[in-house]
Amino acid sequence: MPQHDVLVIGAGLAGQRAALAAAEGGASVGIISKVHPVRSHSNAAQGGINAALDPQDTWESHAFDTVKGSDYLGDQDAIEIMCREAPEELLELEHWGVTFHRNEEGRLGKRAFGGASAARTYYVADITGQAILHVLYEQLMKHEEVYRYEEWFTTALVQDDDGRIAGAVTRNIRDGAMELFSARAVILASGGNGQIYDPTTNALICTGDGIAMAYRVGAPLMDMEMIQYHPTTLAGLGLLITEGARGEGAHLYNAEGERFMEKYAPNKMELASRDVVSRAEQTEINEGRGFPDGTVALDVTVVPRKRIHEALREIVNVGRDFAGVDITREPIHIKPGNHYVMGGVRTDIDGQTPIPGLYAAGECACVSVHGGNRLGANSLLDTLVFGRRSGAHAAQAIRGLPQPEPSKARLGDEAGMIEEIVRRERTGRRVSEVKAELGETMDKYVAVFRDQDGLNTALEIVRRLKEEAHSVAVDDKGTVFNQDVLGALELQFMLDNAECIVVSAIERRESRGAQYRTDFPERNDDEWLKHINVAANGAEVPEVSFSEVTMTQWEPEERTY
Amino acid sequence: MADYTLKIRRFDPESGEPAYWVDYGVELPPERSVLDGILQIKDREDASLAIRCSCRAAICGSCGVRINGKSALACNTRIGDAAERSRNGSITIEPMGNMPVVKDLITDMEAVHWKKVRRVVPWLLPAEDPPENSEYIVPAEAMLDVTQAMACIHCGVCVSACLSLEVDPEFIGPAALAKAYRFVGDPRDGEHEGRLRDLAADPHGIYDCTHCFACVEVCPKDVAPMDQIMRLRRRATGDHEIKDDNNGYGHEKAFVSLVEKYGTLHEAQLLPRSFGQGSLVRGQTEPGAVKQLVESLPTALRGLKSGKVSPKKALIHPKLPDQKQVRRIFKEIESKDERLELNLYIVGENAGDEEGAMAEGSGET
Repeated sequence: MPQHDVLVIGAGLAGQRAALAAAEGGASVGIISKVHPVRSHSNAAQGGINAALDPQDTWESHAFDTVKGSDYLGDQDAIEIMCREAPEELLELEHWGVTFHRNEEGRLGKRAFGGASAARTYYVADITGQAILHVLYEQLMKHEEVYRYEEWFTTALVQDDDGRIAGAVTRNIRDGAMELFSARAVILASGGNGQIYDPTTNALICTGDGIAMAYRVGAPLMDMEMIQYHPTTLAGLGLLITEGARGEGAHLYNAEGERFMEKYAPNKMELASRDVVSRAEQTEINEGRGFPDGTVALDVTVVPRKRIHEALREIVNVGRDFAGVDITREPIHIKPGNHYVMGGVRTDIDGQTPIPGLYAAGECACVSVHGGNRLGANSLLDTLVFGRRSGAHAAQAIRGLPQPEPSKARLGDEAGMIEEIVRRERTGRRVSEVKAELGETMDKYVAVFRDQDGLNTALEIVRRLKEEAHSVAVDDKGTVFNQDVLGALELQFMLDNAECIVVSAIERRESRGAQYRTDFPERNDDEWLKHINVAANGAEVPEVSFSEVTMTQWEPEERTY
Repeated sequence: MADYTLKIRRFDPESGEPAYWVDYGVELPPERSVLDGILQIKDREDASLAIRCSCRAAICGSCGVRINGKSALACNTRIGDAAERSRNGSITIEPMGNMPVVKDLITDMEAVHWKKVRRVVPWLLPAEDPPENSEYIVPAEAMLDVTQAMACIHCGVCVSACLSLEVDPEFIGPAALAKAYRFVGDPRDGEHEGRLRDLAADPHGIYDCTHCFACVEVCPKDVAPMDQIMRLRRRATGDHEIKDDNNGYGHEKAFVSLVEKYGTLHEAQLLPRSFGQGSLVRGQTEPGAVKQLVESLPTALRGLKSGKVSPKKALIHPKLPDQKQVRRIFKEIESKDERLELNLYIVGENAGDEEGAMAEGSGET
């Protein structure tokens, strides 16, 4: 049985940063990922990372922008920590070797981003996430004491009799061997759940595994109704066009040639918060001012060519390869598309969940620094700051604790469950059919605009799909790289995520951040300035409870851009 | 919508059977990707077909395969284009080359690619302690320059296409050497010379590349790995005058001086000059060089026997009629203070075209 002080599940930015911090704190660390770490979805973060590093800027300004961006649902103590620690975190990355863009003086250069009162987004062309991910992996290779389990799939968390985390059950994808890990602390860093939507900017691996596994052991999930639709995604495929494009000056037009953001956010225009821009676009489209393919246009041609080459190369490629459009010469059609889950496993400012020994960081976690709407370039920051804090805290907290002996019975349960799926005769639907119906349902009813009827319909469908998921059969009966059976497990994870999202969205009877209820179009601070928590608690359906929003210095105000 | 046939090489390691080909029909618009075709097969017909894939946008680097024999990412190859380039209309899809196959389209990247990446000491070795409360101050151009190497997504497509790797499996290879340039080109790194000495001395290092351009052609991210290898060589020879045991230094000197003198390569003189650190005299008089020359005789004789080399061609090599123009190019380049580099993050994609157009005097103004 592999044993570690700290076991990190997921090897994107949050996971790798947590592993490095735990190792620096003296812990023996294992890091598990269902894909090779550099395949993680942190790669897709194009635009940059926010930090009030410039002496002219202040962390308070960054924090206020984040609080306002969150539509006052973010916890202000956590936001303060994130924004205070941002400059130090950024410099640490630079010292490790991230090739951040420089200005003429050779110092770190920055760009403007949405919802921010100052330009404070630091970047590597439009491959910022990739550059940071690869540099963290360089550091991980350097730290030989961090043991990497690359292409291992975690199926369940394991607790001891007192409810403390004791380890995890995993499957080595390469040979199908099931393995029980013993760990004195487990850090979930398994990313988001965008695959429950279709289309989505998210990679195929973003199936909410960690969120579902935490939910299944009783950890509460928070702010799950807050699903971000990114304003600039390619129609159909859902691929991302970075907010950096608008940061560099690109404009949005409707089919009538109007720069419509004038109506919705006269001051910040295209650089208002993402929820605001997405709603504006969807309104234009719904009211018949979009293009026939249900889109509006993003015009990058106004950005100087030299700037496009040095700062937006990746989206030039995306436009060329996936839409057949040369964005340096003509506008590209875009629409709002599923992008990010603000909610996740509820944690404190050190990444601790209410389950002893279980931590969460990054997109799978909800600290909550993003509240109702995440600002662009705050997600990389979130992963790094809270990844590091989780790793450092776990390394300290496990001192003196005995190495747990997780129950072998749990290993047997999981192995039996997988064998049962593999042996199952085909009577029901294919995994892909259930997944496709889920994606379509979520994008139809739990998107930019929502209402009670649509959400009830979504809940009915999701519950039916949960039933159907129990009878899906698989084609692959082998053990080596059986992606088919893992797909069946991911489907169940996704459905748990979806149910929690819909239940939370039904519960919140107001409009705030990414949750816009056409039947409750106003924000209602008197009744709804609070987090919605959902937990399994042994019940068949999620149990809903509420928790306070932590306020430090910013009282809710009307939100205009 | 159109119908396509994907002819996929399947391999099940648990069956004890060798690899086999299966034809699948898919229905997709031509602008969708080959990966979309493969996913459609998995979704509708046979979910046991194995391929690594995740982002669908040429960012994660998972889905490297060979399409009609050419290494590429399945996600950024359009299925319509692939069909046009295929023989008899069926698109062949195989796992990448130069790596063991694990199952179907999945290769063992760890055993080949990642092992080689770890070989180049793939982390920053800072020249000095980081400044307190500040970033390292470095030229903006230097960061843009290494960003081209940072753009590598480690998909292995270049490793799959590399002809040198086919001959010498120990070759460090295009992707790992591009990774090495990411540090050698980074002003914050303090071990430029040590890294270059190591990579020059290794018989499977920077001089093991045969300059065939295969990696440049297939790279989905325009990293141009061979260009990064050539930059490593230029820094090794030009900046640090590293004289390696592989005669890489001498070969480069000999090559350049012969082209400067004749306009084209005088192949018969290349060998002795390479052994003599670029000098014909030293190549024929220094004991070490003479020994190497004698050792390479069998190769030369094979060339004579096969007719590839003739005594006349070996002894007499005519200059180009416009040899003066070649000299002029040399002079022009050598007069520049800074080394000229073509970097997509600095000049963009059309720079080559524009330069070409200018040279022809027909450029748009």
